[in-house]
Order: sequence, then C-alpha cells, then structure tokens
Amino acid sequence: MSNIAVQVDNLSKCFHIGKLQKKDTTTLGEKITHTLATPIRRATQLMKGHATGAADLDELFWAMQDVSFEVKQGELVGIIGRNGAGKSTLLKMLSRITEPTKGSAKIYGRVGSLLEVGTGFHQELTGRENVYLNGAILGMTRRDIDRSFDEIVAFSEVEKFIDTPVKHYSSGMTLRLAFAVAAHLEPEVLIVDEVLAVGDVNFQRKCINKMEEVGGEGRTVLFVSHNMPAVTRMCERVIMLNNGRLVGDGPAHKVVASYMNAGSGSTAERVWDDPKEALSGEATRLHAVRVRNKDGKVSETADIAQEIGIDIEFEVTKPGCVLQPQIRLVNDEGVNLFVAVDLDPEWRNKPRPVGQYKTTAWIPGNLLTEGMFIVNVILWALQPTRILQFRAKEAVAFQVIDSMDGTHTARGDWAGDFVGVMRPKLEWKTEYNA
Amino acid sequence: MNQMEQGDVAEKQVTHIQATKGWSSLNLSELWEFRELLYFFTWRDIKVRYKQTVMGASWAILQPLFTMVVFSIFFGKLAKMPSDGIPYPIFSYAALVPWTFFSNGISKSSNSLVGGSNLLKKIYFPRMALPISSILAGVVDFVLAFVVLLFMMYYYQIAPTINVLWLPLLLVMALVSALGVGLWLSAMNVQFRDVRYIVPFIVQAWLFATPVVYPASLITDPFWQYVYALNPMVGVVEGFRWALLGTDTAPGPLIIISAVVSVILMVTGAFYFRRMERTFADVV
Repeated sequence: MSNIAVQVDNLSKCFHIGKLQKKDTTTLGEKITHTLATPIRRATQLMKGHATGAADLDELFWAMQDVSFEVKQGELVGIIGRNGAGKSTLLKMLSRITEPTKGSAKIYGRVGSLLEVGTGFHQELTGRENVYLNGAILGMTRRDIDRSFDEIVAFSEVEKFIDTPVKHYSSGMTLRLAFAVAAHLEPEVLIVDEVLAVGDVNFQRKCINKMEEVGGEGRTVLFVSHNMPAVTRMCERVIMLNNGRLVGDGPAHKVVASYMNAGSGSTAERVWDDPKEALSGEATRLHAVRVRNKDGKVSETADIAQEIGIDIEFEVTKPGCVLQPQIRLVNDEGVNLFVAVDLDPEWRNKPRPVGQYKTTAWIPGNLLTEGMFIVNVILWALQPTRILQFRAKEAVAFQVIDSMDGTHTARGDWAGDFVGVMRPKLEWKTEYNA
Repeated sequence: MNQMEQGDVAEKQVTHIQATKGWSSLNLSELWEFRELLYFFTWRDIKVRYKQTVMGASWAILQPLFTMVVFSIFFGKLAKMPSDGIPYPIFSYAALVPWTFFSNGISKSSNSLVGGSNLLKKIYFPRMALPISSILAGVVDFVLAFVVLLFMMYYYQIAPTINVLWLPLLLVMALVSALGVGLWLSAMNVQFRDVRYIVPFIVQAWLFATPVVYPASLITDPFWQYVYALNPMVGVVEGFRWALLGTDTAPGPLIIISAVVSVILMVTGAFYFRRMERTFADVV
C-alpha cells in the first residue's frame, strides 16, 4: 500500500436551486392569491415525493462535477479558484459536513477540519470555557486540551482575561484565542479554509509557523486560499477548480500563474491580428503587447531578481506625430504602482514616419514584490496636437515569483511573509567605530 | 502516532465519504466516540441557559412553581378539580416536575439544530448530539425542581413510599419520550420552519392530554384508558404521584403500552433523523 492520505474519485455535488419566477405577480391581489395558494402547491409537491422545503426548488445546479485527485501523506496542497468555483463545497464534503451526490473519497488518518475560526464560541462563556468547548468541537479530547491548555493560553496572549466572558473581549482577542486553539490541533490530515485571511498579520504569521512546525512531522494539509503569495510559498502543489471542475493540478507556480491570467482575462502575450479588433487611434494601431523574461522569451512568470521586459508593437498609419508610449503597472489589489513613459532619445520629440515600431520597457529585477501585476499600455500623441491614441487596459499580466533564494533578493535570510507593495534591494552600508 | 510511518496506512483510521441512500444505520458507536462533545454541549447548555437573567438558575424552580400557583387557583380552587385526596398544590406540582422536564425538552431540542446551524455548516460531528444534549441539560432543572417538591412534601407532611425507587425509571421514560419527539421535530424543523410555530401547540395540547391538572382516575371507560395510555407521559406523571405521594395510581399493565410507545417514538425518531441528517448542512 502506498502512502496516500486523501483519495478523491469523481466527487460530485448537486444542489436544488430555486427557479426564477416565471411571471411577476404585479398586483397585490395576485400576490395574496399566490401566497395563499403556496401551502397547497407545496403540499402537492410533497405528495409527489419532492422534498421541496421552504422554496420551490426544482432547478439543479452542479456545484462540483467529477473531481478526482490524490494527495500523498505529508503533502501541502493549495486549492484555488474563483468565488463559486466549488472550493468550499469540496472542503465541506471532505470534512463530512455535507454528503456528495456522486463519487467517493477516502481519507487515511485522523481528520481535522478548520472551516472557520472559533466555531461554537459562545459569547456568555469565559475564555477558559470556550477553549474547552471549541477544542471539543474541533475534535480534541479533554485530555488533549488539558495538556495543551497553558500553551494555548500563552499563545493567544490573553492570559489576563482567560476567566472573563468572551463577550467582553475585543474582536482581535477572540480571534487570537480561537486561532490558538486551532493551531494546537494535531490531526494527520488537516483541511483548512481561508480562515487565515483574518486577524493581524503578525499573529497570522505566528499561526502559520506553528502549523508548519507541527506539520513538519508528515502531516497532510489541504488549504483553500485566495492569498496567492501564501499559496505559492507554502504549497508545492496546487489544485485549481473552475465551475465545479478540476481545471489545474500541478506545481504551485504554474497553476497560480494560469489562475492569475484566467482571472484578469489576459496573458503574457496579446496579439491583435485583425486590424478591425485592434485598438487604434487616429494615427496609430496596436499590434501586440508581450511580457518577456531576461532571456527574451515570452513568459507569464518572472523571478523576483530578474528584469522583466514589456514589448509594445504598434503601427503608425499617418506620418508626422510625436508619440509617447507609456506603461502603467497595477497590482492585484488594484493599486497603481507606477507609470513609465518611453524616454528613448532616438524617438523622443521626433515626428514618426509610417511603419512598424516595437518599443520595450525593462523593469529592473528586485523592484517589484511577489504576486500578480497587470500592465496597462497607453499611447499618447504629443504633437501636432495632444491626443490619446489608445489605452489598452489590462493588456498583459505576469507574476513575480520569489524563489526564496535570499542571496539575490531583498528578503535576505527571512523566509516568512514580507510586507510591502514594492521590494527593492537596497545598498546597505555599515560604518563601525570601536 | 509519530512512529506511524508510511506502510502503516492500513492501521490508520479510514474515513469513507460517499453518498448514502435511503435509511442508514443509527451508528451509535460513533455517538459514543463523540461522548465528550455530547458532554460539552450539555455543559454549555446548562451554563448558558440562565446567563444574564436576574433570577439565574432559580428559574428552574420558578417555572413549575408559578404554574402550580396558577393551576391551584383556577383548577383547584375555582373549578374544584378532584385530586385523588391530596392537596391540589402538591398534586399538580408533583406532575409539573416531570412535565416541565418533558415539555422544555421538546421545545429546546426541536430548536437545537436550527439554533446550532452555524455548527452544522462548519464542522462535522454526529448531529444527534445537539438534540440529545439539549434534553440532557434539562436534567439539572429537573433536579432543582425536584428538591422543591421534597420541601413541599415536608410541608404537607407527606412521606414518600418505598416506590420512589421506581422514579429513575420513570424519569428515563420521560427522557426517552422527549428524545423521540425531539428527534422528529428537530429534524423536521431544519427543512420546515413551520415546526417552530407548531411546537407550542403540541406542548399545550399534550399538557391537557396528560393528567397534570386533573387525575387520570377521571377516565373510567376501559377503551379510553387504552387510548390514554398511548401517551407515555400519562404513565410517567401518574407514576410520580404514586411513588411520592402514595396515590392509588400504581402503574398497571397500561404502562407497558406507554413504555412501548416511547421507545417506538425514539427509535423511529432516530432513524428519521439519520435519514434527514445528510441534507442538514445544505438546507438549514
């Protein structure tokens, strides 16, 4: 027998959802008749054997369809996908909260699932009481909790208030206490939802470290997240879901990169072959935008220490304009990082003849942080009149990956979270006087 | 756990996840595995029940006590209800102690799943733990109210009979009945919130179908006695009076019917619950 921890075979889940109302009940009279007739309608449905419940649920919706994968013991697997992709459904099925409609899964070993921090916390109970209650709910025995109680309390940093009802806690304190309990779970297979997305950053880090520390002993972790840098850093393997289907399974970098591109609707290369669809101005037309790595190859990912080239290919269709290409870089949170304008002296302030042009902007290595970046391309005509030629929003996107090799990057020897929207590598100089 | 290296997979606990259809087994062994959680749920319910009330746990006593006062005035004094030769206040209170346990058990447990919907949606545990614990938590209230009953017996100079030894069994019968009804109603309540509005009526009707305000001796027709015995609380309430107050209402063969009914309620309730359980998280 191999060392498989989780085996999922054709897992599917179907929900009954309400059908859109066929016609609007417009008048009050119609509404009243409709409402009064509802019990009769439902009773008839029940008689026919449809358990309809509180709504008219006759439309089927497959939240998950034929998902299969295997996870080996000790693997840390990230699960990504957009909202409604089926991540939560998968997690709920694996934690046995809801049953699959079809297919099966097997989990080898003690399962712990953490779909929410502080499940079952009761406002009226004290911190101490809640630790026991929450621990029991998460599957710890009383002995387990007794044994790690002091550690949990110390970890949560709320020692002073441990015998105060939780309703008097600040939300941060409640969260820390809840996290502390969760971090002391010791299952062999851990299923975690995006619970780590809340709380203050330092404490989050502490929790992840704690989990990694305990997880070092061959623990298998399935981890759902939107936090792409966290996923690429923590997980070697990533599973991607889309519309309830498994659409990607492989090394974190690759899958995350394709998720990014799917998310923004753009890739590392955009070519407009058809002149009718191309973005154009009164004197120009855009042909292509590309992201290239230092070797000149089109690439969706770039190492954090390497420079990244952005190519803009355009055609001048009417002579005599002074043009200024620009790029604007936006991160995945929509923050405008910078605008850069073409300063090539060759063409600066010179009217351009008709022809094909390709201009490349090089973004230096060790400037951007990890994550996704979206490139907007803009072309201005400065003379004879100042006029916008075109603006290609979200033309291309790329992902910067930190290989965690501290010698060439700004992170030095620190392997954990590294905050900031930029990550320049600076010159440091120390003067020493004895 | 740590020495469990690869290759030992066969020894590990395996969780199978797949669709189940139709009736499923009760899986009581799993409930047993989760007994600590059951304990913690019960303990939570007890702790939380009277938090932020001025009267605190004395509500456990005041509820049946107030009801007793009202019943004594209206049924005892005004309606001159017969009471098997016992002062009406203690006659009704001796019945109200097990009855309050039963009726609170039904009300609390039928709402337990909907009230714990957040738990249902976020974590797995045997769902039955919720209705069971909400009924078990009522045992504490029962004990408190029972102590008051002892004081009243002292006041009225009534000595308990040797039959008090049967009381635990009668309490178990009340518990089993409450659990049976609670399992049915809580599972139905998940899908049909109508249950929430029906429960008060059920409790009220059941109160009058049980000899709480009147003695069972009013029913003399043998046929109706059989029908009457279908209500398990009849045996429980009359048994309490017999054991404590020495009334002439010793549980006869009819209590067998009551016992059978309560067990049927519980077993069918448990199977129905297990059947509905798999959709709880989706529809709650």
